[in-house]
Amino acid sequence: MVEVLKSSSTISQDDTVSWHLVAALVENKPGVLFRVTNLFRARSFNIESITVGSTEQVDLSRMTITTKTDEKTLDQLVKQLRKLIDVVEVRVLETTKSVYRELALIKMKADKPTARMEITSYASIFRANILDIDKDSIMVEITGTPDKIDAFKNLVNSFGIIQLARTGVSALPRGENI
Amino acid sequence: MDMLGAEALIKALEKEGVDIVFGLPGGANLPIYDALVDAKLRHILVRHEQSAAHMADGYARIKRKAGVCFATSGPGATNLITGIATAYADSSPMIAVTGQVPLAMIGKDAFQETDIIGVANPCTKYAFQPRSVAEIPETVKKAFYISESGRPGPVLIDIPKDVQQAREEVSFPSLIKVRGYNPIVDADLSQLERAVQAMMKAERPIIMAGGGVILSGAFSELQALAELLMAPVVTTFKGKGSFPENHALAMGPIGMHGHAEANKIIIEADCIIAVGARFSDRSVGRFDEFGKGMTIIHLDVDPAEIGKNKAADIAVVGDVKSSLRTAVKMLTKYKMAKRTADDPWLKRRKELIDYYADSIKDYPRELTAKKALKKLRELLPPSAIVTTEVGQCQMWASLHFDVIAPGTFFSSTGLGTMGFGFPASIGAKAARPSSIVVDIAGDGSFNMTENSLAVSVLDKLPVIVFLMNNYMLGMVAQWQRTFYKRRYMGVHQQNCPDYAKIAEAYGAQGLRAQSLEELDTALKKAMNTDVASVIDISIDPEEDVYPFVAPGTGLKDMITGA
Repeated sequence: MVEVLKSSSTISQDDTVSWHLVAALVENKPGVLFRVTNLFRARSFNIESITVGSTEQVDLSRMTITTKTDEKTLDQLVKQLRKLIDVVEVRVLETTKSVYRELALIKMKADKPTARMEITSYASIFRANILDIDKDSIMVEITGTPDKIDAFKNLVNSFGIIQLARTGVSALPRGENI
Repeated sequence: MDMLGAEALIKALEKEGVDIVFGLPGGANLPIYDALVDAKLRHILVRHEQSAAHMADGYARIKRKAGVCFATSGPGATNLITGIATAYADSSPMIAVTGQVPLAMIGKDAFQETDIIGVANPCTKYAFQPRSVAEIPETVKKAFYISESGRPGPVLIDIPKDVQQAREEVSFPSLIKVRGYNPIVDADLSQLERAVQAMMKAERPIIMAGGGVILSGAFSELQALAELLMAPVVTTFKGKGSFPENHALAMGPIGMHGHAEANKIIIEADCIIAVGARFSDRSVGRFDEFGKGMTIIHLDVDPAEIGKNKAADIAVVGDVKSSLRTAVKMLTKYKMAKRTADDPWLKRRKELIDYYADSIKDYPRELTAKKALKKLRELLPPSAIVTTEVGQCQMWASLHFDVIAPGTFFSSTGLGTMGFGFPASIGAKAARPSSIVVDIAGDGSFNMTENSLAVSVLDKLPVIVFLMNNYMLGMVAQWQRTFYKRRYMGVHQQNCPDYAKIAEAYGAQGLRAQSLEELDTALKKAMNTDVASVIDISIDPEEDVYPFVAPGTGLKDMITGA
């Protein structure tokens, strides 16, 4: 179960707003994602992405939430999440002490041999995989931090992006951190 | 043990000590009603589900344990929602049990199907949908645990009809655990120590008592703290009655329609001790202005309230009764020098009270809301339970009706639900039949749930509706006078219906009062009868509620109307 939510940014881009990774362990049962996203909507928390998937424990799912927000709102977001009965644990992950990745599928125009050559070489530099090619287009799979995906996207933008799908970020803390 | 789902529900409720449920049957909860026939539970039939939820809420606020209401699926369930949202906004424990269409019909847009789990989500602590009989006992136990512990609130249990009527082997657990729910009870001692040090250091401390004090029953602890610190006590509106309002340190409620002296003194303090309060906009005005330059100590059971509206300098998370008890012990140990009556801060308290007593003029009429409420206080025993409707009547009650015995007053303070007071007063009467129960009402609100007169009469739960009738939606009219140049729209209810006749039609006692003398007679008559009474008290449509802190302004901008 993977879902990406993009919400419009209402928070001004001032100095106090920064990017945060929030990890939550939640009960693996129906309705939990609804409760979490409904909370974000009701309290106007600005979410960049949210991913949910199974974990090493059958009855728990791991949720990774990314958000651009100020510290005060982040504090409320975490506290309100903790109040949800189905949310077992919530932590703000420090980016330097965590590994976080996103996957993107990008289909772009490649109707000329030179374009195909160029895209293929960029893909190899970014360690992206070519998933599909037909006479007019190429589909690439790229995994990395959101920044890396943004960089690749900007690089290939000039070829003409036909379709793009991003999964949102999944994250785990490094080492023994829970 | 083999039993039907509906029987398992009733048995589980009885095991939780439930003695009364408020509800209305329909297609999808018929099996539950069939099981009620053989149950020891008392069922109170309402005439609209909203009132069932308000009655359960009123019951809960007096018993300090969850009230229970029943409704069928679809419209029955959605009719409960206003009452559930009211309980949620005021952190009142409640269990709402709704019928649902059979499992196989869910998601098929069946007759009277509503996704009530989805609808209820933002206004419940949790919503369950047991999908087998075996799940019911555990679900009920978890529902009560979640509803009553920590910061209380409503929990919904939605039971599909086929689950109600299936027969299965069930067992009733004595212990349950909810992994993601661990309400904090005991406060961090080092934080409490810091709080106590700050309280002792303060020259002008003020206690701001909120609804949390009432919810945790921390009345004597609060009083002990106030008396040790010799600190004036203001309350939020929800906290009204957490502290005896005739006490020498009492200042009454703050806020949009707070007592003038309370609004004034809190902005002069150097340390605010907020106990079980959430710094709502109606209480504190502008968040950025309130408490500026003061030390804010915040005691609350809900960690999410810390820093939500107002940053605290010292936060103590835990049940406020236990936190206060520990704080009092610490303070006693430190043997703080007592503030005496000539202390400048206590003198200032007296000065403000005297100043506003002289400067706020009474509305020039023989029978005003203020005089009516003073008369009510004069005649009622301190043990009487008082609730209110919403609007001017509610704010007048806040200003002019002093609560003497802690915990005998409540109102829909968070959601501000018109029509709450009357059914809630019936719930309170069911919780404590020995007390006189009064609903301080206005014509606008009472009209919304007046059909609960049938319940009051038939179920012998007599209450007194103290109806201050200004023939208007008075608070809206006041705002239209104040902010919209008297351009009235949609506020004239006129003299319709005749409330005394309405009361008579239901078999209740209908009384009228046009003067203070008539009110005196009517009240005495109402207090000496065993049937519900509606006293239609005629007041002037132009009488405003003052003081007034306009929305979006700070407490310092209070208009006293003088």
